[in-house]
Amino acid sequence: MVEETDDPAGGGAGEEVTMRVWRGDEAGGEFAEYVMPAQEGEVVLDVIHRVQAVHAPDLACRWNCKAGKCGSCSAEINGRPALMCMTRMDTLPVGQPVTVAPMRAFPILRDLVTDVSYNYEVAKRIPPFDPRPKTIDEEKAGGYRMQQIDIERSQEFRKCIECYLCQDVCHVIRDHEENKTAFAGPRFFARTAELEMHPLDVNDRRELLQQEQGLGKCNITKCCTEVCPEHIKITDNAIIPLKERVVDASYDPIAWLGRKIRNRTKRTPTEASVDSPSSGPAAVQPDIEVHGIPGGEVNGSATVSIPTAQEASAE
Amino acid sequence: MAEHETHDFDVIIIGAGGAGLRAAIEARAMGLRTALVCKSLLGKAHTVMAEGGVAAALGNVYAEDSWQVHFRDTMRGGKMLNNWRMAQLHAQEAPDRVRELEEWGALFDRTKDGLILQRDFGGHRFARLAHVGDRTGLELIRTLQQKAVADGIDVFMEVKVLRLLHDADGVVSGLIGYRRPSGEFVVFTAKAVVMATGGVGKSWMYTSNSWESTGDGHALTIWAGGDLIDMEAVQFHPTGMVWPLSVRGILVTEGVRGDGGVLRNSEGNRFMFDYIPPMFAAETADSEDEADKWYDDHSAGRRPPELLPRDEVARSINNEVKSGRGSPHGGVFLDIATRRTPEDIRRRLPSMYHQFKELAGVDITTEAMEVGPTCHYIMGGVRVDADSAATTVSGLFAAGEVAGGMHGANRLGGNSLSDLLVFGRRAGIGAAEFAQGRTDTPRVDPDQVAEIVDGAVAPFELEGGENPYDVHHDLQEVMQSLVGIIRTGSELEEALVKLDALEDRARRVSMSGGRRYNPGWDMTNDLPAMLTVSRCTTLGAIHRKESRGGHTRDDFPKPDPEMGTVNFVERIPAGDAGAGAGGTPSIHSITVSPEPIPEMPDDLKKLLEEAT
Repeated sequence: MVEETDDPAGGGAGEEVTMRVWRGDEAGGEFAEYVMPAQEGEVVLDVIHRVQAVHAPDLACRWNCKAGKCGSCSAEINGRPALMCMTRMDTLPVGQPVTVAPMRAFPILRDLVTDVSYNYEVAKRIPPFDPRPKTIDEEKAGGYRMQQIDIERSQEFRKCIECYLCQDVCHVIRDHEENKTAFAGPRFFARTAELEMHPLDVNDRRELLQQEQGLGKCNITKCCTEVCPEHIKITDNAIIPLKERVVDASYDPIAWLGRKIRNRTKRTPTEASVDSPSSGPAAVQPDIEVHGIPGGEVNGSATVSIPTAQEASAE
Repeated sequence: MAEHETHDFDVIIIGAGGAGLRAAIEARAMGLRTALVCKSLLGKAHTVMAEGGVAAALGNVYAEDSWQVHFRDTMRGGKMLNNWRMAQLHAQEAPDRVRELEEWGALFDRTKDGLILQRDFGGHRFARLAHVGDRTGLELIRTLQQKAVADGIDVFMEVKVLRLLHDADGVVSGLIGYRRPSGEFVVFTAKAVVMATGGVGKSWMYTSNSWESTGDGHALTIWAGGDLIDMEAVQFHPTGMVWPLSVRGILVTEGVRGDGGVLRNSEGNRFMFDYIPPMFAAETADSEDEADKWYDDHSAGRRPPELLPRDEVARSINNEVKSGRGSPHGGVFLDIATRRTPEDIRRRLPSMYHQFKELAGVDITTEAMEVGPTCHYIMGGVRVDADSAATTVSGLFAAGEVAGGMHGANRLGGNSLSDLLVFGRRAGIGAAEFAQGRTDTPRVDPDQVAEIVDGAVAPFELEGGENPYDVHHDLQEVMQSLVGIIRTGSELEEALVKLDALEDRARRVSMSGGRRYNPGWDMTNDLPAMLTVSRCTTLGAIHRKESRGGHTRDDFPKPDPEMGTVNFVERIPAGDAGAGAGGTPSIHSITVSPEPIPEMPDDLKKLLEEAT
């Protein structure tokens, strides 16, 4: 089936590429081989589309934008989790079949399509964004004031296109189906970190991280970071700082006391349930006001939480 | 009756892009039982691909900006074909809609004062686009998605909608579709439905649109007896990638030009100086020196011609290529490498940097990009009431790209994200109020359901018929070559004939492999919609015998003042249910009629005069 050739898989005119595509459903399946003429500059998804148009109209694959922006076409290409739309054929090994399989960590629906509903369920359980009230200056200016430097940590995580490749490669999920009930996975650690580091947010998700999201199960192998098509440093910039915060919340009485004295805005759900809903925002108001003076160059995040040494180094 | 599951809601929104999500959030906030039905996974809709920003006169960078100036820019950009009331509401409400996103967690790039930063874009007098680098659409959809999830809105993902259902008296009562993962049919009953299905680009060969942009909402509406307006008004974005072929059409954000990028032909000339139309001459720089001063200080010079509205730039690029001054692969050069530092480029345009690096092997910090026009957006669409987003079908509302009128004959960059926020919210309110006022129980007709199911599964029962992928490919060729950026009467007539033949073929498609997650079957069900909107665009283009905005007629190269006062309205007359592809109503009975655009009140007219 495979022809000997010295040219790259996506070589010039006259060359052929062999696609080994997994076909099947939850009951089982196997790889089917399709030999296609090679075309210059193509990505894996292009060839899959040509296979659909010519050989297998019912070949199931998910895709939308074909530009690396929507995160739909995740698969395992030659065993490596990647977006089909961003994997150029000419980056794959010369003269060998290109193997395309569905993400292994999720139940198969059909062919290359998996049931990713686990991720949507985890997302639902994360306490949502909850902003502090606007200051008088901000009401006048018509919007919150935040310095660019203070939002960049969260902005990194908001680049996430939810391709779930990090979830797919994470061995806590991939090799242990039973963990899914008590493990959020890298995507949602990044999401939680994004909210925790958001300069306006006053919710506290540290108890959730430890008790429901299973943050402790992550042993920092950085596989998630390696496969991220958006090059988000999930391990260094999200997971490690979160682990620090959780430890901080649980075991450090001085930090706890310091936060109490400073009227910090982050509260655990337990702490929040003690306060009346109305007293919360009122209590933080004076502190925010000081930093909200127009033209002030104060780092807004200082009022939210104290970054740890490790967080600082992670940046 | 065919076997299917049934769900009942007060308000159903079809489409979970920006407009659909915003509508759902509003309807839900009003206490209605609200559900979103979308063709893909939540968060993957085409909104995610918007790059440059969301236009709103926040006045954070230029305090002299105001809704009045935004209104004026929008009307002029749309060549005055816009629904003035929509343009007014849009300009007035966009700032609040953007600030509201921030309250829901969006993190826009900041000014030095800590407010939302705004960038320059074509056709906008002031730096007006709130943005997050060049991934603003992702920020917008993620913010709305997370808000919708937090609000507990029901989402039915990966459902392809086949048809709207209606009561005996013609009021919308729900819809029928199928769950793509299982292929099982599903019926939704609803007191009101919001159409938020986006665009139509997938009928063209080279497009920035995703596979979902098959014009479902336009087709569902006209099949249900609703009006479409100005379907000929299709925007070809000036800068799509042209090479390699596999990425041809993928969008290159206008932000590249807003941030200093310039267009050059093969002779190295900044050719846009040769294409400044009289309408914009007074406010456009006539030398490179003047244009370059403008980027840092808008009072130091007039705007560079690269930032003319998109229709002007796309036509100019087209002409340069036709005149033999194009780039090696049939585009022109977009150069930011010689104009900004590599650090600046990577920081302000990170997606563009990666897109070219990974897909084309081009480093945009050292080399020029090759770009050319790509089918991007349809300005025409479902006819709506500006204030309530109500369509001409009782109980049906529409917002976002599927709705027509807001952008006239040409949309300004950044105005679509603000459009879908402003009118998504209004459609949510409109639908919620309609549902609240409805006392009857929406009922569906089992015979109608059975007939639609029969039509949808027919391709499995036909052996040896047409391959739906071939029909789609041929449709794209027809639309690209005959109803593209430059049109002419004889070619449009030829397109109609070819569309007839394609419709015949679409009625004879075969499919195998079962209904479970079968993209080929999806294609057979997308074809009737694509063929319907392609026909509408072609018919509109035949009737609009003038050049205006995105619609350019080689045989009528100038705008015709008479035609500038009418919308071309397309509809299927009542009782004309027929035998189109997939059992849809016959598109051969579509009528086209010019109807006057509502008269603009004097105070708004004055705004336009004052500003010019």
